[in-house]
Amino acid sequence: MSKLLEVNNLSVDYITLKGAVRAVDNVSFSIEEEQSMGLAGESGCGKSTIAYSLMRLHRPPALIADGSIKLGGREILKMETDELRKFRWEHISMVFQSAMNCLNPVVKLEKQFFEIYKNHGITNNRSEARTLAEELIQIVGIPKERLNDYPHQFSGGMRQRVVIAMALALKPKLLIMDEPTTALDTVVQREILQRVYELKKDLKFSILFITHDLSLMMEFCDNVSIMYAGKLVEQAPSRTILKNPQHPYSYGLKNSFPSLHGEIEYMEGIPGSPLNMSNIPEGCRFQDRCFRAQDICFKVVPPRNHRGNDFYDCHNPMGTLTGSKN
Amino acid sequence: MDKKPIFSVKNVVMDFEISGKNLFSKKRTLRALNDVSFDLYPGESLAVVGESGCGKSTLCRIAMRFYKPTKGQMLYHDECCHSFRGYALKNYKQKVQMIFQDPFSSLNPLHSIYYHLKRPLQLYHKHKSAELKKKMDESLEMVGLVPAEEQGRKYPHQLSGGQKQRAFLARIMAIGADVIFADEPTSMLDVSIRLGVLNLMNKLKKEMGKSFLYITHDIATARYFADRIIVLYSGHMVEWGDVDEVIKHPVHPYTKLLISAAPDPERETLAKLEVADDVEKEVTMWTPESRGCPFQNRCPVAESRCRETFPEAVEVKKNQFVRCIHAESI
Repeated sequence: MSKLLEVNNLSVDYITLKGAVRAVDNVSFSIEEEQSMGLAGESGCGKSTIAYSLMRLHRPPALIADGSIKLGGREILKMETDELRKFRWEHISMVFQSAMNCLNPVVKLEKQFFEIYKNHGITNNRSEARTLAEELIQIVGIPKERLNDYPHQFSGGMRQRVVIAMALALKPKLLIMDEPTTALDTVVQREILQRVYELKKDLKFSILFITHDLSLMMEFCDNVSIMYAGKLVEQAPSRTILKNPQHPYSYGLKNSFPSLHGEIEYMEGIPGSPLNMSNIPEGCRFQDRCFRAQDICFKVVPPRNHRGNDFYDCHNPMGTLTGSKN
Repeated sequence: MDKKPIFSVKNVVMDFEISGKNLFSKKRTLRALNDVSFDLYPGESLAVVGESGCGKSTLCRIAMRFYKPTKGQMLYHDECCHSFRGYALKNYKQKVQMIFQDPFSSLNPLHSIYYHLKRPLQLYHKHKSAELKKKMDESLEMVGLVPAEEQGRKYPHQLSGGQKQRAFLARIMAIGADVIFADEPTSMLDVSIRLGVLNLMNKLKKEMGKSFLYITHDIATARYFADRIIVLYSGHMVEWGDVDEVIKHPVHPYTKLLISAAPDPERETLAKLEVADDVEKEVTMWTPESRGCPFQNRCPVAESRCRETFPEAVEVKKNQFVRCIHAESI
């Protein structure tokens, strides 16, 4: 399989009065065609900043300091504004966290779909656009008559499905989902995600799935990247992260959701609070919260250890001893 | 159990008028809670799970005296909490407290953490300054905000979400609450921080004998934290009992649906959601005129009987009750 998206050495700074704060530090990853990749980490670790940079939707004070983002061989960071406008949505589209705010409340859905088709030069004919929209809205499980409704007439889950239908309107190659279901109930959440993954099989697009809920991600993604304080600390197939994580942070994340089966046992989670990005310590960024920290972790930035396509950044990895849950 | 319940809810019905506020619109009534009863014992945690709009938060708000129930009573130490006046009311407000979902807006951004702790101590305990400081530091240490001296001087924006929720718990401890209504206390927090807060609540429950009503839609954390569980659907209690029994052997179709929807990384294939295929995947609006089982429209095994009556509770196992006509046959 060929690589669809390649991100190399991406760094994003936030300019503050006290100087630049590097929110994303030297991040490289790639997504293959028809693959779904998960990006996990706590709030404030830079997940959403990466998502916004991929579409160049970031706004000052955020600034891409370095790196390259290539989609299908084209460099996104060098595009002109006009080119970029066509590029967004046709090649990469995004589903945001709060679907409630993505739809225009005073415009009927039909017209909102029509505007997408018009602005991207698909069709200028209303009835043609209507046919296309009907087709699209039915694949996310909403009856076509409801195109005549306003967004407030839909429930939260339905609105999120409409937003997903819109994101797929121009058949993009990459769909970025930034915490798409955080505000929804578990039943609705599962239904929407299962629908998206069925569509992925039919329409053949790749997914970048961003969430802090690792349990959900491991169920739906092929590959998982774990991010901590602006850096990728581990990347591996989701099975490996589940069974045999190497970085203590991945281990902690994996162990922070209670299981539905088996005995109820005391679980620790991850102690401490997320790192303050304006005050980055020497050595490993996870040092203060890590239960395996050694002297070296406080001095030297951990090197990248490769295992095939996977990697982890740690001086004192978990090894294979922690293979099972106990 | 021979223990006396500290807080009990007896057949509470809550109706809201959702229109009819002016002369011309037709009067409509929404029944948010229908015949809800349970007991909460000292040192026990009871989870209430259900989707949004099922009446979980209404339950909290009635207990906080925001609303008066249409029918039924809420009893605190065998006295109706809506009839308290004067000293009894002050005592009730001290002993029954609530944790909110959003830690970012439940603390006053203009005041330090010390201020938040100082006010209840002054109001309810009349401590003098030296003692006050000691008490404040004690409650901060209890919730794991150490060093207390440093954390207490901080303002809410200097704390992370989990720390804010801890600070809020410290405030509740400083007041001296016995019954704590936790309305989705962890749903705004990161997964990694969530467990810390749950463990803290567990510690307060075990070591200090506090009672918790834990409201959530995350059934996995309910299993981790709670002793008993109530599954609420559209204002009706559909299944309740010991948390392990209910989650391992669910009987009501809605409980089964909730459990199959919970994220489970061990699962190999996509989960099959046992639900009748309807379009509006929402809680049905329940009115006083509605009849039958609230889950009838989404239930995969619904029959014509389900549209007529809502069955009485059946004890399918010791300490596990279900309200479903299919319960006997399972």
